[in-house]
Amino acid sequence: MSELLSRYADVTGEDVIDHLVQLAQPLRGRRVVHVNSTRVGGGVAEILHKLVPLMNELGLDVSWEVIAGEETFYRCTKGLHNALQGNPVVIDEVLARAYDETNARSADQLRNTLQDADIVIVHDPQPAALVRHFPHRSGRWVWRCHIDVSRPYRPVWKFLRPIVTRYDASIFSLANFTRPLPHPQYLISPSIDPLSDKNKALAPERLEAIRREYGFDPERPLILQVSRFDRFKDPIGVIAAYRLATKFIPSLQLVLAGGSADDDPEGEIVLREVRRAAGDDPDIHVLLLPPDAHETINALQRIADIILQKSLREGFGLTVTEGLWKGKPVIGGNTGGIGLQVINHHTGFLVDTPEGAALRIRYLLNDRVKLTEMGHKAREFVRENFLLTRHLREYLTLMLAMLHGADGRIELG
Amino acid sequence: MDDNPVARSDHSPGPQETGGPPPAHGVFHIKDCALIAVATGKHASSLRELRDVLQVVEADSIYYHFWGGRLRARFDEPEFQNEFAAWVNRGLHDGPAAERLGVIDPTACETLEDLRTELIDVLEERLEESESLSWARSPFPMNLLRSQIVVFDTHRRVADPRDLAQAVEQMSAGSIFYHLIDARRRTANGVDDLRNWLAGFGDTYQDLSQAIADIDPFFSTLTEVRLELTEVLADHFARGQA
Repeated sequence: MSELLSRYADVTGEDVIDHLVQLAQPLRGRRVVHVNSTRVGGGVAEILHKLVPLMNELGLDVSWEVIAGEETFYRCTKGLHNALQGNPVVIDEVLARAYDETNARSADQLRNTLQDADIVIVHDPQPAALVRHFPHRSGRWVWRCHIDVSRPYRPVWKFLRPIVTRYDASIFSLANFTRPLPHPQYLISPSIDPLSDKNKALAPERLEAIRREYGFDPERPLILQVSRFDRFKDPIGVIAAYRLATKFIPSLQLVLAGGSADDDPEGEIVLREVRRAAGDDPDIHVLLLPPDAHETINALQRIADIILQKSLREGFGLTVTEGLWKGKPVIGGNTGGIGLQVINHHTGFLVDTPEGAALRIRYLLNDRVKLTEMGHKAREFVRENFLLTRHLREYLTLMLAMLHGADGRIELG
Repeated sequence: MDDNPVARSDHSPGPQETGGPPPAHGVFHIKDCALIAVATGKHASSLRELRDVLQVVEADSIYYHFWGGRLRARFDEPEFQNEFAAWVNRGLHDGPAAERLGVIDPTACETLEDLRTELIDVLEERLEESESLSWARSPFPMNLLRSQIVVFDTHRRVADPRDLAQAVEQMSAGSIFYHLIDARRRTANGVDDLRNWLAGFGDTYQDLSQAIADIDPFFSTLTEVRLELTEVLADHFARGQA
């Protein structure tokens, strides 16, 4: 077993890696190409940086191509992204032309790589139109949609639908995120990488250093929400829950940790509202962290007794997965993918109001045995379901399914 | 592999070696499988809609919601053995319907079509009990999914039942699913592959077969089932039994 696979085996168990090796056997030497529009930043690039080397390690011949365009192309794709999630954004002729031209130019540049690949996986709407330029492609093409397109802005979906219907299949993160399409729609939920800075094990000294740096009292309970300063994440509701809980647990500390709001005018407004709501309470810590503060977030999640994700609207909610992986119960808003991860009374609690969150905070902090037991269950739940190795297994299964027909059961030799 | 009684053969299996458990007294072939979920685009928000959608959904979808959940990301405690019952309980809070759906034994139905009929019967019976049940709606619709399952040979073989404990300990969750759970639907007698193999040794392993039969694989994770099965096998042979 290679060093990389061994490192994952240390976390998942050797049987999981052995299973992947066996599953990949019939795919050895197959040419697989991932295409997206950025090599750095964002969840897609983050996952491809991990998945591509692992697939190569398993014997597949995998490459990752990135298409690039001018400013109008990115304006168009940003608009597409927002419109697919339901915002009324107009894609005018200039933007649509930039989209078409960038995809046409990229198709020419990538022709040799894509024409004969066995499997091509195109991520999100940006490079989706590449498919139009390969009418005689020899492999199977899959559109991997990472966003919720269940309620798109209609005119924009009308623009994109004829493009994505040309694919042999598509992949969505949740059944709720899909749209009716005339090809199989596979479901692969997101995952976290247990070896990344955000999730790797940290030494106790590192946690102690973070405690000191931010002035947390190790003798008193601490609750944490990690999220952008965004109304949908309901940071004000979290403060309300904290205040209700402190009537019974006066020693409670709250940490609200989020990314910089520099490029998001509304984020700045919400941050101001949060600071106003926190007032001069020394036990509410509002932390504005840089985008690369992965290890700090990791440490905060490990220091906390309980993780909150009291969102009013949410996609899959990978911060919930991260919290569960740290062995902490999560009190989460009853929305989006949170309900798939937070199992009431098992891995945490689903709540609808600040009052509900306060009640669960009190319940857990008053029953430390239960808190520890739920945290243990939470970590095992992620180990079985939401690690990168499961993500990889599903990609390999999908590739085998695509190469061996559409039957419900495929028996390999 | 020298010290490992679970031999891995380098050759591809011949036609007589594929497709289920080996012949009596033969070698046990460890297989493995992986599953991927596919959206059907069909969903239900009420008991009535669930009944209607069950009439038309692909049989693969019924397989998926009864068995497939064991092999993919699990989002629920296995209080109910199938996802129809779990949704009716969680989404519609209809305890009686959930209990009746939950108690359906899929291995008692010969085909998935029989199972479909059984599900629809239970729902119709419940709907006839009260008019209001037809209109109660869940805020979380049940999305009906189907699956594609890929079965492959690990080329690992077990010739002697005494080596089973070690073999099971090394099995992936996919192998446990294939041999313990999927087998109950796949084999003619509705029994798991291990017991079918042991039956080939006559009465020699009757006690062990009974102990394996006592493991209920529907209330635990596959990892827990593997541990329980390993312990049963290890205990049996540690007691010096055949």
